[in-house]
Amino acid sequence: MRTRNSAMLLLIFVLTLAAGWIDLPGTTLDLGGFKADHPVREGLDLQGGLQVTLEARPPGGGSVDGETLQGTRDTLERRVNALGVAEPLIQTRGDNQVVVELPGVVDPDQAVEVLRETALLEIIYANGTSLPIGTLVQTTLGNVIGDPVATPGGATVASTPGSTELTPDPTSPVYETIISGDDLSDAFVTRDPITGQPLVAFELSGDASETFYNFTRDHVGQSMSIVVDKEVISSPNIREPISGEGTIDGMTALEAQNLSLQLKAGALGVPLEVVSSRTVGPSLGADSLDRSLVAGIVGLSVVALFMILYYRLPGVLSVVALIIYTAISFALFKLIPVTLTLPGIAGFILSIGMAVDANVLIFSRMKEELRNGRPLDRAIEGGFDHAWPSIRDSNVATMITCLILYWFGQYTGASIITGFALTLFIGVAVSLFSAITVTRTLLRTLSDIGVIRDPWLLGLGRHDLKSHPTDRSQVA
Amino acid sequence: MEHLAGKRNLWFTISGLLLVPCFISLLVWGLNFGIDFTGGSAWEVQYDRHVNTEDMTRVLTETGRPEVTVQQVGDSGLHRYLIRLRELAEGSEEKANLTNALETLGTLDDDAEALETVGASVGRSIRDRSVLAVAAASVGVLLYIAYAFRGTQNPILYGVCAIVAMLHDALFVLGVFSILGHFFGVEIDALFITALLTVIGFSVHDTIVVFDRIRENLKLNPDDSFEEIVNHSVGQTLVRSVNTSITVVITLLALLLFGGSTTREFVLALLIGTIAGTYSSIFNASQLLVAWQYGEIQGWFRKFTRFGRRPVHGPSINEA
Repeated sequence: MRTRNSAMLLLIFVLTLAAGWIDLPGTTLDLGGFKADHPVREGLDLQGGLQVTLEARPPGGGSVDGETLQGTRDTLERRVNALGVAEPLIQTRGDNQVVVELPGVVDPDQAVEVLRETALLEIIYANGTSLPIGTLVQTTLGNVIGDPVATPGGATVASTPGSTELTPDPTSPVYETIISGDDLSDAFVTRDPITGQPLVAFELSGDASETFYNFTRDHVGQSMSIVVDKEVISSPNIREPISGEGTIDGMTALEAQNLSLQLKAGALGVPLEVVSSRTVGPSLGADSLDRSLVAGIVGLSVVALFMILYYRLPGVLSVVALIIYTAISFALFKLIPVTLTLPGIAGFILSIGMAVDANVLIFSRMKEELRNGRPLDRAIEGGFDHAWPSIRDSNVATMITCLILYWFGQYTGASIITGFALTLFIGVAVSLFSAITVTRTLLRTLSDIGVIRDPWLLGLGRHDLKSHPTDRSQVA
Repeated sequence: MEHLAGKRNLWFTISGLLLVPCFISLLVWGLNFGIDFTGGSAWEVQYDRHVNTEDMTRVLTETGRPEVTVQQVGDSGLHRYLIRLRELAEGSEEKANLTNALETLGTLDDDAEALETVGASVGRSIRDRSVLAVAAASVGVLLYIAYAFRGTQNPILYGVCAIVAMLHDALFVLGVFSILGHFFGVEIDALFITALLTVIGFSVHDTIVVFDRIRENLKLNPDDSFEEIVNHSVGQTLVRSVNTSITVVITLLALLLFGGSTTREFVLALLIGTIAGTYSSIFNASQLLVAWQYGEIQGWFRKFTRFGRRPVHGPSINEA
């Protein structure tokens, strides 16, 4: 019993140290670069930025299928990466929407413009050379540098720092566009019937078949490049003349999947409509963060004072448990990582209230046991055993609402709400651990050492330690 | 210890009296829905000097947006203004024009600008989802309580009483915000729904602690009357309920007083809900159990409907 408690104490000590180390800001005492990989993620409301929901509206009505939406998402991701935004979030939502979150973006106006552009897919002839993936090129399709309309994400953002790579070198050669996305009618992943290798099959529409046949017939053995938004995504070799249908091989299954999605989205050229957006100026966020931190510190200090005054020694223990709880939760936020938002911080502070509640329940029960004449060590165990069902049941109820909140937040596309649900959930989960393990181990340790002799320390009057046989229900 | 359960009709009356203005406000004025639900734009700008809201309205109207409403927000020294208008696209030419119009009145701080735009269709679906989320939370909690209290005679009853207490809290928060919305223009947004769901979770959290004690005391003292047991259980958990509320209320008050203005209404909703939740877990949820067990609720219904089950009188739940 006693050795098990010591082992537990050691474990808590190590956990707290580890959590505290992860919590330290910046790269203080960074071992092996681990911490540099786990910074605090701040949401839009804390560091400013842009969140925009784009809806795919195929020309002539109708709906987009899942693959096209996925391809559109990938296109958006490439544009966002080119914008040089740290930790962007791009996800599809529902059947026809993509949510893009760009924390800390400098110029939201331009970012929206870049995102809204319809993806431009081209197959170009690079004079026989095989262009590496990611090369930015100029093509003959409406492509003079400085023409912002025809260069999606090109010249329009050239002035934004970090996005210069979007603009191809104006002195680079202008390559010939053979066909564009309009000429492509479909693309899908299939497998070579003989080798079983993944293939991307594509189909061309009407007139383009002939153009493409003539081109491929004249350039057998040479390379062509598939380009989206002037960026090379694949440079296959022409093995034989292709007219209406062709295949591209030599890829992993994943690469084939991605390429076919790109082709498909490019073929449709789905126009994107902004259906909702949220921009927050950077100075607003910093102000909000400072205020929340002040509020958190004031709130916690008053709660700590209250706990110590009311519960005395156990109160002190619960404050220690709360500090450990805070350290572990915050370390988890950094590791998972949870995007911290203002409501998220509020959720976390609220979860501290719930963590206090678990301690309050345990101490109340412990006091009752002591009043009934139990010795201290049995009162501690009894207090925990009796308090556990209500701690468990009440916290599970809160976790259920957190899950529903998370679902709700995901749908509304607001990281503000999911952030709140996630921090509250983690907080409640960690508080279960801290109440049951940390507070208990600390109490046991003090009881073992024999520090707690004076009933005053436990918040009891001296006469309270005698049992009261007249109070029938409490003796039961 | 006061005999709380014996005065249950008094507690129900207090709740009823508090809910009446909430009900009336909700029926007459309804809720003041923000752009999350209605669609539109909320645009916050910050000037370097004081600017008249009338002047802002005038220049925006002249630039083709007669529907705007402008109000000053935040600390008065900040010169921050909230402009509400129909959908305004980020990055649009129109936004640039409106910004230019506003700049004629003073210099705007680009870094302190915020614009939120919600499409009308998005607003509608958020509204639908909100209702669904609140319903799902209620059902989820009801099922869990029925499961957690499966060992008792009437597990569903515990769930139903917890839900009634929870609806009491949710209604109270909604009512207060309906009144605030009418008199102070406080709006209901997605964050408010978040607060509401949290209040639901917290209310049930509180109620379960009391119910758990009742569950335990029923086993320990099977001969006591149900009313006695409930009264005793509420008494035993009273200190804990109040202490927990105090700690949560302290943290929320700190957030309300020192936190940023962005979360002020969110925190206010949580605060009202927490206080209502504590009241209802002590004075409503467990007292409802007694009232039901003694057939009083069925009696009320009978008064209204003239039919229904006869009330079951009896000192012990074993006869109920």
